Amino acid sequence: MLTIRYFLRRLGGAVPTLFLIVTASFFLMRLAPGGPFDREQALPADVAANLNSSYGLDQPLVAQYARYLGALAHGDFGPSFRYRDFSVTDLIAQGMPVTLSLGTLALALALGFGVLLGCLAALYRHSFVDYATLGLTIAAIAIPSFVLLPFLGLLFGIHLHWLPVAGWQGGDWRHLVLPVTVLSLPPLAYIARMTRASLLEVLRKPYLRTAFAKGLPMHTVILRHALRPTLLPVAGYLAPAVASIMTGSLVVETIAGLPGIGRYLVQGALNRDYTLVLGMVIVYSTVLIAMGLLVDLLYLWLDPRIRLEA
Amino acid sequence: MSGLWTAARDRLRLNPVARTASYLIFFVALLALVGPLLNPNRFDTLDWAHPATPPSVIHAHWFGTDRLGRDLFVRTLDGTRISLAIGLFATAVSLVVGALYGAIAGYAGGRLDRLMMRGVEILSGLPLIFFVIFLTVLFGHHALLLFLSIGAVGWLTTARIVRGQTLSIRRQEFVEAAIAGGASSFRIIRKHVIPNVIGTVVIYATLTVPQMILYESFLSFLGLGVQEPHASLGSLIADGAAEMEAAPWILLIPGGLLALLLLCFNLVGDGLRDALDPQES
Repeated sequence: MLTIRYFLRRLGGAVPTLFLIVTASFFLMRLAPGGPFDREQALPADVAANLNSSYGLDQPLVAQYARYLGALAHGDFGPSFRYRDFSVTDLIAQGMPVTLSLGTLALALALGFGVLLGCLAALYRHSFVDYATLGLTIAAIAIPSFVLLPFLGLLFGIHLHWLPVAGWQGGDWRHLVLPVTVLSLPPLAYIARMTRASLLEVLRKPYLRTAFAKGLPMHTVILRHALRPTLLPVAGYLAPAVASIMTGSLVVETIAGLPGIGRYLVQGALNRDYTLVLGMVIVYSTVLIAMGLLVDLLYLWLDPRIRLEA
Repeated sequence: MSGLWTAARDRLRLNPVARTASYLIFFVALLALVGPLLNPNRFDTLDWAHPATPPSVIHAHWFGTDRLGRDLFVRTLDGTRISLAIGLFATAVSLVVGALYGAIAGYAGGRLDRLMMRGVEILSGLPLIFFVIFLTVLFGHHALLLFLSIGAVGWLTTARIVRGQTLSIRRQEFVEAAIAGGASSFRIIRKHVIPNVIGTVVIYATLTVPQMILYESFLSFLGLGVQEPHASLGSLIADGAAEMEAAPWILLIPGGLLALLLLCFNLVGDGLRDALDPQES
């Protein structure tokens, strides 16, 4: 009962945030100098007027805002200003599966290997794994995705001919290897460092000394007693990890020519396609806010103290 | 204050990694400033006789040329200078905004503090790079806007740190004395709070610079930042990625330089943090 109330309170915080983002973005968009139909050559006045009225741009701002919100409630992001025959919703629906599969794979990889590497680095300090984790962190800090992906493409694609450099091919796994690796590397390194530090701290706790003193085998102590508290900070990092993967997917989709929403956002930004960019910002924000809520739920499971306090 | 700085400098001297990294940054910055003067080519001169030539001493194309025959030595160093300048300027913007915001929130306390920090919390949960992209779409590719929008992303951490420090400084006697002496809140923040938190802020600044450089390169890579014929490391990398099959050096030289800069700034920042806050390490 208490947990439901706790969750509802969190949800109550998320909805106004999203509303605020939508409102701020909408009015910022209308503040911008120049209209979406500005080309190098000016349109004839009557054509411009027709375009404006067909997209509802001639109505008062408040009416436009109300209409946008109303449509948004039905999942309609309005028409794209540049991809003439598509609505923004179509474009998002087209690109979403690609971005989603890239993102979930990268997140799963980052979590799985990050926690594993971090645990090994903490348990075997000053071993090869420990130094490899450190090296990975340094590499992830220094080499941004837009350098790493072309470089790996050059190495594995062009010189070694092991993997394709770009393209989607309906999600063929060979085309996913490089993009997913590059996307997962920064959060993976961060999660590994975090898990290492967290586990080292947990291992010093008296109740773990008790567990060892009882003669429990190593893996039982780690899996049954140490892992859950160790994962607390990692759970807190989930939302930033998703943000990092989203940001990375802009670059990765552009370089590798993957038809996901990241590429649409970049194209939309270059074309000044207002509705498309606005829709994308809303989608990305929603995903992140949802992620935040998920993290709150995870905390409830990982840390019983929150349940008691709520 | 001065004791702290001397101690920090001494500690930093004992940290060979951070020291080497700071020399490297200094060297790259110097090269970015004077390097282009040493080369007869200019950043936008098209050498049609030598398009996409690998690094060579002929015609002084020390780093080779790009697809249009523009000299990459000059372009890379010019781009480095632009990237560094944007990184430093955006850091300055984020510091000023963050320090003021944090100092006001921490000094005011109570309701205003809660409200302001709630705002920071909301913003830091959002993918801010998307808002930067959004802003560049709306207002075009203005250099000033680029500084401001990138800086606007970076101030959140500074605000949090400064607020925390301000909360503790606020309770000290000299602030009470200043209040008793009739100083205005603004004067107290400016004269007493800010000077006392500046040390911590500087450390985070060294860690903010690489972030800002990264943001700028990211935007320029996507074509949303620095525009042709000018270049920054990000746009040079984008050019290189397009040509990497035939001319890998166009990608590898600016990419390597960016990686070196990011690494060095992070090492110096970590070193400084360890030096001033030994407990963290």
